[in-house]
Amino acid sequence: MSINEIQEEIVDEFSFFGDWMEKYEYIIDLGKSLPQIDEQYKDEDHIIKGCQSRVWLHAEPKGNQIQFTADSDAIITKGLIALLVRVLSDQKAADIAEADLYFIDKIGLKEHLSPTRSNGLVSMVKQMKLYGLAIQAKNAN
Amino acid sequence: MSTITADTTSLDVQAIRSDFPILEREMRNKPMVFLDSAASSQKPDSVVKAMDYYYQQQNANVHRGVYQLSQEATDAYEKGRHLVQGFINAASEKEVLFVRGTTEGINLVASSYGRKFLQEGDEVIISAMEHHSNIVPWQLICEQTGAKLRVIPVTDEGELIMEEYEQMLNERTKIVAVVHVSNTLGTINPVERIIELAHAKDIPVLLDGAQAIPHLKIDVQALDVDFYTFSGHKMFGPTGIGILYGKEKWLNAMPPYQGGGEMIETVSFEKTTFNELPHKFEAGTPDIAGAVGLGAAVEYMEQIGHEAIQKHEHDLLVYGTEALSKIPGIRLIGTAEDKASVISFLLDGAHPYDVGTILDQMGIAVRTGHHCTQPLMDRYGIPGTVRASFAVYNTKEDIDRLVEGVRRAAKMLA
Ligand SMILES: Cc1ncc(COP(=O)(O)O)c(C=O)c1O
Repeated sequence: MSINEIQEEIVDEFSFFGDWMEKYEYIIDLGKSLPQIDEQYKDEDHIIKGCQSRVWLHAEPKGNQIQFTADSDAIITKGLIALLVRVLSDQKAADIAEADLYFIDKIGLKEHLSPTRSNGLVSMVKQMKLYGLAIQAKNAN
Repeated sequence: MSTITADTTSLDVQAIRSDFPILEREMRNKPMVFLDSAASSQKPDSVVKAMDYYYQQQNANVHRGVYQLSQEATDAYEKGRHLVQGFINAASEKEVLFVRGTTEGINLVASSYGRKFLQEGDEVIISAMEHHSNIVPWQLICEQTGAKLRVIPVTDEGELIMEEYEQMLNERTKIVAVVHVSNTLGTINPVERIIELAHAKDIPVLLDGAQAIPHLKIDVQALDVDFYTFSGHKMFGPTGIGILYGKEKWLNAMPPYQGGGEMIETVSFEKTTFNELPHKFEAGTPDIAGAVGLGAAVEYMEQIGHEAIQKHEHDLLVYGTEALSKIPGIRLIGTAEDKASVISFLLDGAHPYDVGTILDQMGIAVRTGHHCTQPLMDRYGIPGTVRASFAVYNTKEDIDRLVEGVRRAAKMLA
């Protein structure tokens, strides 16, 4: 599925939630089930420091695609990471670099991706896109 | 202004709430519960109106005009200083400096006192529960002068280990700088004793009063403290203004902090002579409206009365501590004997950010994170806390909503 197809799928899933509690319970569940990042990558090289929560991100190039694994010490942040990984992982580097992640806004979680929130997610998305650019450039050579 | 009953220790909290229109707002479609006054308090009508009036009717630059309006602006500005002097019982207005806030107050002392009195091998004592504002300025001046930072440790409950402090004091100690009330733990430190012990060795003491001034009656002469600094915005006043109180003998001995207008007497390219206190430390056009607003905040607090404020907040602290303690899996961080109305806590297995996010969904504003006290978080081996802080306008219903929210968060995050 393309990045936008997955985004549509998520928007659709979230449209069934009646209130904030159902939505957050789902995100918390996602956080609990996110495939843990390989422990060896939970180090200083992979950390993205937010003031509030910490995020670890590992990118594994697979041909012209990138596979992402990630983790956070806060479960809600981790749930949102699960959504971002679902959208961007195993996609083409070029598509990752150019992705417009509109789904976050559509499912009413935009505030979690605001720089003032300082949970590491904004930097994580930036980092994912940078990987996309880097792999794209490398493969173009 | 709210009406106060004859009994000086009870207050009409609904009347007080009506002085703060912002408290009627909704967040996430629910009536807002504001429990983050330790970060910045809300402002009563009277403060906003005083500043409004200043800008609409009195605005001109201060201390320089020959015309009537400038005189009025100067009077309004200096009235702010006069009110603060009375509020903290300073011996003279010369000892009451306007600064931007606590952070600038500490930076001023660290820089000016430090440049003059600190040398290689000297020591500066702070504590393990300091706000970054009372750590970094001292680190900077220590780096410049070769002085060393010594740190008073804290107990598991969040109290200073006074025996260690006593042993730390020696002939190389040049200043002691500690927090009066901890913003993270709520601990009220035994500042009388801290000062007494330091003075016995002729060492001056600076107190970071940022969290004490909204709650406690401060009498700088009774404390015999050498420097006391606080922020207007945490005591119902505006942001951008604060106070550094300093004993005249120290302020006279210290070099100016910044150079510019207002702080000089004569300037030539050969030599500049500095203005008298307090203006020597107030370079440039000051925050005139801020001083007016701070004065109004002082009047507001004095009208309610410290006794009534303290009693109300203490009731909330006791009520909140008891109710929160009953929640399974909660851990209170900071259980000192003597506390201001701040409750920091953690839920078993839950990150503070997650708890704060769920409370926010319920319209409850708390602070999460390290509260600019990272060394203290390291001391307890935790990433941060959830902190609820109460002011005079908070109610038991606010606490009931908090408790309900924390229970809900505990269930969702379990
Ligand atoms: C204990 C303490 N010290 C210093 C500060 C810094 O105050 P300001 O940011 O107003 O300068 C704060 C405010 O967060 C505080 O709580």
